[in-house]
Amino acid sequence: MALPNKPNGEIEAVVNPEVVEHDVDILIVGGGMAACGTAFEIKKWATDDMKIVLCDKASMERSGAVAQGLSAINTFIGENPIENYVKMVRNDLMGVVREDLIYDCGRHVDESVKLFEEWGLPIWKKDAAGENLDGSKPAPTLREGGTPVRTGKWQIMINGESYKCIVAEPAKAALGEENCLERIFIVKMLLDKNKANQIAGAVGFSTRENKVHVFRCKTALVACGGAVNIFRPRSTGEGKGRAWYPVWNAGSTYTMCGQVGATMTMMENRFTPARFKDGYGPVGAWFLLFKAKVQNGLGEFYANSAAVKEELSKFMPYGASAVTPTCLRNHLMINELKEGRGPIYMATDVALNAFLDDRKAAGMNDKDLKKFWKHLESEAWEDFLDMSVGQAGLWAGANVEPEKVGSEIMPTEPYLLGSHSGCCGIWTSGPNEAWVPDVANDSRAHKYKWGYNRMTTVDGLFTAGDGVGASGHKFSSGAHAEGRIVAKQLVKFCRDNADFKPELKQTAQELADEVYAPVKLYKENQGLSTASNVNPAYCKPAGIMMRLMKATDEYGGGVATYYMTSGKLLGICMDLLKLLREDAEKMAAGDLHELLRAWENYHRIWCVEMHIRHIQFREESRYPGFYYRSDFPAVDDENWKCFVNSTFNPDTKEWLCEKVECINIVETDPWL
Amino acid sequence: MPSYVDPSKCDGCKGGDKTACMYICPNDLMVLNKEEMKAYNQEPDACWECYSCVKICPQGAIFVRGYDDFVPMGGQVHPMRSADSIMWTVKFRNGNMKRFKFPIRTTAEGAANAYAGQKGASLDDECLFLESALPTPK
Repeated sequence: MALPNKPNGEIEAVVNPEVVEHDVDILIVGGGMAACGTAFEIKKWATDDMKIVLCDKASMERSGAVAQGLSAINTFIGENPIENYVKMVRNDLMGVVREDLIYDCGRHVDESVKLFEEWGLPIWKKDAAGENLDGSKPAPTLREGGTPVRTGKWQIMINGESYKCIVAEPAKAALGEENCLERIFIVKMLLDKNKANQIAGAVGFSTRENKVHVFRCKTALVACGGAVNIFRPRSTGEGKGRAWYPVWNAGSTYTMCGQVGATMTMMENRFTPARFKDGYGPVGAWFLLFKAKVQNGLGEFYANSAAVKEELSKFMPYGASAVTPTCLRNHLMINELKEGRGPIYMATDVALNAFLDDRKAAGMNDKDLKKFWKHLESEAWEDFLDMSVGQAGLWAGANVEPEKVGSEIMPTEPYLLGSHSGCCGIWTSGPNEAWVPDVANDSRAHKYKWGYNRMTTVDGLFTAGDGVGASGHKFSSGAHAEGRIVAKQLVKFCRDNADFKPELKQTAQELADEVYAPVKLYKENQGLSTASNVNPAYCKPAGIMMRLMKATDEYGGGVATYYMTSGKLLGICMDLLKLLREDAEKMAAGDLHELLRAWENYHRIWCVEMHIRHIQFREESRYPGFYYRSDFPAVDDENWKCFVNSTFNPDTKEWLCEKVECINIVETDPWL
Repeated sequence: MPSYVDPSKCDGCKGGDKTACMYICPNDLMVLNKEEMKAYNQEPDACWECYSCVKICPQGAIFVRGYDDFVPMGGQVHPMRSADSIMWTVKFRNGNMKRFKFPIRTTAEGAANAYAGQKGASLDDECLFLESALPTPK
């Protein structure tokens, strides 16, 4: 038996990797839905001599949040006024959102959905009798006026196993395969040497060969998703891979933009979804399509009780909506659990059988009933098999058939994201149009527009999807649309700054040394121990991630405390993060996979620090059910119905946190 | 629910530069051991069980075994994916089986229109490609 003091992976890292330099006009960082939108759209605007390159740390065919597939598209405006979409998002996110960005997303999103269908995504339709047709059956397309199967007001059902493959294909074709560099993980954005506050490039490395890639660019999009595995998950063994959001999203978007001085917004916001316990299967279709209800441990369908109505009345106007805001739904569930009235069950059996009973009562014959039941069962299982196969696997292992027995649901660990039912992210310019508020202030951190739609406060640096803050509920389609919006702006920026010659502050070799520092540390110290993962001179990425998740869970309002924290606890969390950040400099990597994990952890630690910093600054509990501050337990609209924006100064390394005015664009009376 | 590789079926994608599973795994988990010419999942506790490797493996050599910290043993969910549909077999711990078939795509692979060579109108308004007029809030 050999001593376990060898690098773990198959591709051993070397101390001196090859350094490759690239000069491009436009750099796209990320390959998910937003970046695919940009890749599809950008050549429609670019001149033929513009050099445009996309870097994805995975393969575009299956990267990002939609890698596994989806069973629904959650944003399709269709027959609804866009203003109502803005109102819904505003209410769900407790009033503090950028209405200009949401409206803008709403007016472009349907075109993305129509393109998806044209490219081959099967979208369910209603037939003349009002029955559901799966997306492969002949029916008029959305463009032709076909009727999608609505579950809620905004959601439509799809057969979405291959959703990402279908979206990536024309994106790659449009940009050119040779311009899509896969398995390159960009780890730092770089500012220009001469021009203040201007993006000039990026550095990253290949996870397949020992090569560091240094890019010089005039403008860049950073769209690489939200942050996962930042709070201790409920499953800490093998099951920690079964994160609700894609486990490979490491907060890279927030960290890379924040580090070069992009103003962040609403980083205190987080998303703590209530999902089927352990498997983290989706609940949306069960609530909306199958009309399922939740039951507490006493068998009570508590959601409509008098006590719940009274509780919701504390959060007006938000609590009054027909669809209770996501955080408040969690809040009600957490109250049940804390009172000992758990577990909470989704009555899947009751819901499905109610459909059957309806048909029976309407006189359906036995043969048709059997067929109907089979179809219903298939629809229910597809919801998981399309987007959360693990839930199906858990049910198979536990002999659970959802049509026969309910399943437990539970609020998960917190996630950071800006495109689902959360809204943390980066402060960006809205469209350069008259209806977008023109705030008289010298600082972009207070303004709503500064020329280029979705540009961050750093010149030439754009973001989309999970990256854009204060505008949640974009989901897959909205992220794609936002990527398309950015595509045009990147080209415009490039045209307007044709004379700009990007120059980096550091040499390519200096950058390569920084990126490969964990490898050097490993090689220099591996001989100090007979076991590779236990060494006095370095720590390993896997341990650092667990240390981060322990600190946030215990002090930052994780599941350990039912999401409760306080000024005192947050102070301890920040102290722990400071030590963690220092020790992260001692992360060692013996192989390329470990180097990937090391850099993901740098990104995680940084974005978590922003999250904690914002919660510290906001002295109220804006999102009950997502997190609580025991020292400021109420929603305080009088003092805190405003954005919290923060900016890191890359020169002085100081943070500035400030309140920023939240301006309504869509009518507030009626609120909904 | 980490993926695992059946060594009797995996052929290492016949010694190509990269195996199909390495190519597709969104989390950089699947790797090839060149001495054995077999692939394996190098970090099971970072597996999202997205099934990308299972679906793409040309030998059908990759399966999923439920996460050992909460899934009872004996169940299995396995797909067969073709160009236009996917067939799932769900085997329960107690031996019950269910099969489901769903469409996945209505066009041929490679047929998605990238609108290559086509251009938008004006770079100075907010209309995107294929859009000609945009509303503003009332």
